[in-house]
Amino acid sequence: MAQIIIKNLRKDFGDFTAVKSSSFTIEDGEFFMLLGPSGCGKTTTLRMIAGLELPTSGEIYIDGEEVSQKRASHRDIAFVFQMFALYPHLNVRQNISYPLKSQGMSRAGIKAKVAEVAGILGIEDILNKPVGGLSGGDRQRIALGRAIVRDPKAFLMDEPLGALDAEFRERMAEELRALHDRMNATTVYVTHDQLEAMQMGDKIVVMNHGSVEQFGVPQEIYDWPASMFVATFIGSPSMNFLRFNGAVAKGDEAVMLDGNSISIPTLLEGCNGDIALGIRPEHVSFGESSPYRGEVIASEYLGTTRIVTLNTPNGPLKARTSSALNVTAGEIVGLQFNPDTITLFNEKTGAALLSVQNKGVLSDG
Amino acid sequence: MSGFSVTEPSNRQKWIAAVLVILYALITIAPLLWIIATGFKSPEDAIAYPPKVLFEPSLEGYVNLFTTRTRITEGMQQTLPPPATWYQQIARDSGTMIAGPSRYGQRFLNSVVIGFGSTFLSIFFGTLAAYAFSRFRVPIKDDLLFFILSTRMMPPIAVAIPIFLMFRQLGLNDTQLGMILLYTAVNLSLAVWLLKGFIDEIPLEYEEAALIDGYTRFQAFYKVVLPQAATGIASTAIFCLIFAWNEYAFAVLLTSGTAQTAPPFIPTIIGVGGQDWPAVAAGATLFLIPVMIFTILLRKHLLRGITFGAVRK
Repeated sequence: MAQIIIKNLRKDFGDFTAVKSSSFTIEDGEFFMLLGPSGCGKTTTLRMIAGLELPTSGEIYIDGEEVSQKRASHRDIAFVFQMFALYPHLNVRQNISYPLKSQGMSRAGIKAKVAEVAGILGIEDILNKPVGGLSGGDRQRIALGRAIVRDPKAFLMDEPLGALDAEFRERMAEELRALHDRMNATTVYVTHDQLEAMQMGDKIVVMNHGSVEQFGVPQEIYDWPASMFVATFIGSPSMNFLRFNGAVAKGDEAVMLDGNSISIPTLLEGCNGDIALGIRPEHVSFGESSPYRGEVIASEYLGTTRIVTLNTPNGPLKARTSSALNVTAGEIVGLQFNPDTITLFNEKTGAALLSVQNKGVLSDG
Repeated sequence: MSGFSVTEPSNRQKWIAAVLVILYALITIAPLLWIIATGFKSPEDAIAYPPKVLFEPSLEGYVNLFTTRTRITEGMQQTLPPPATWYQQIARDSGTMIAGPSRYGQRFLNSVVIGFGSTFLSIFFGTLAAYAFSRFRVPIKDDLLFFILSTRMMPPIAVAIPIFLMFRQLGLNDTQLGMILLYTAVNLSLAVWLLKGFIDEIPLEYEEAALIDGYTRFQAFYKVVLPQAATGIASTAIFCLIFAWNEYAFAVLLTSGTAQTAPPFIPTIIGVGGQDWPAVAAGATLFLIPVMIFTILLRKHLLRGITFGAVRK
């Protein structure tokens, strides 16, 4: 297993830049998520690590070795494709043993290794079947088997659960994570599903329009997004933005919203112009005493919680409250924000303003 | 049964369809049956009017096809020793004596060598070119593909004279190699286009998986792509073989002796000792067999091949 370092990686397809100068480090044994909307360059990044695309510029180090211009077959990595890409003319056993054959392993060695992998994945009973008629879950396991059978330096997975139905996804996600914990293998996993990324990842890179927006552990990214894009992309419902025009300065501990003072974490930088106050729905609560008020528009009951949509003087807002709370549309309620969870954003650039709370997360990212 | 089904045709519709199919089959197969039957008729029965549907089968046509004979008189009949073999007997019965083998066997062999040789080359180069066009970034790819297709936009025979002159210059006239090259050139455009379609349908991920599994690009091509393109290769091979096998005009023009194929040879049988229709029919019948066997062997692929890609799996 190995550490993977990506340095200033860039990929152009003609005039189109798919990946703009990305840099991040994947530590040995990490389950690493590349997260972003479609077309953000995450798959291209993964394919460059695999050697299926050659970067226009930049460096890729696998286990200390610079491999960016090497053939895929010389990188000793395994790739799991979204559509599995099992060889349709071979049966399950032949599919799993295919990478071993290319290494020239003995027949007995291959047999033992395939049996071991089949045991890990629980697919001993289908080894001699053709891959054609198998279920999505079994195909997924075979694709994983083909990946783990040769102990590669890293596993690269391109939305491996994307082709499965919802029920199976859940189970395979757990299996994948358990498999990773057992083998402790460096894994790079591409997904557009933020829940999947949060659920499985040790670390997440959020990409958008070919650039890395933020890089860190899931909780840091959720609590302290570096940009409005990350704040919107992660979390459901996403972070609320209360928009206002004004000026904030370094050292400010409150902002004025509609004439009301709202406490915020002490700012470490100032900004002038359009500003958005970002707050997660679960950090909004109702309090009659609060002078900042909003009108309830809708209320969705979700079993354990309730999502209340409100109209405020600074735009719409969603609050996640206890499902026991009863509010009706048209009601005017006072709103309170947990001051330690607020992030201010410069609307023009989309970047978060540094504060005492998020500086630990953002200054090293 | 009452009610009506969207997918299941009614009994009456089935009957009409069956009658139409049988009728069509009979119409298309009639000339073929006629040729096969004529091959087993005696020369008299073959030209009998009204035509004979029931006749006494005879192998005279086949004997005449494979031999050259000289006519012998009644008097000579007496002096000759009795015929040693069944085919000598047949020749003797029609008042002739076998002088030696005919050239049909050799012409037939030419057809086999030229037909299968050019099919092999068309498929070999066609597959490589189609793979490159399908997978690699080739400069002016669309123009090249259009150019390749454009070679089929006129009947090949339109360039007969330039090709004749070219072949004479190169010493390719009346050689097997020349005919193989010619048929390969004609078939290659069809092969490239058909095969490109088939290879386009094979997902890229299979090769990428093979590349990552430690194989080279070429190994990925022949271990992963080729087996999956088998259907397309088989159906393309049938089309190429049928063209090369049946081609007549170039064969007449460019071959006359050693490299002559069966199609231009068969009509020349007519001239040997009157109009020997049974021999012509026998030659045509035998000529059908190899391409028929080839097609039957690959038929499963052919059917899948021509409907390939119609439905996404």
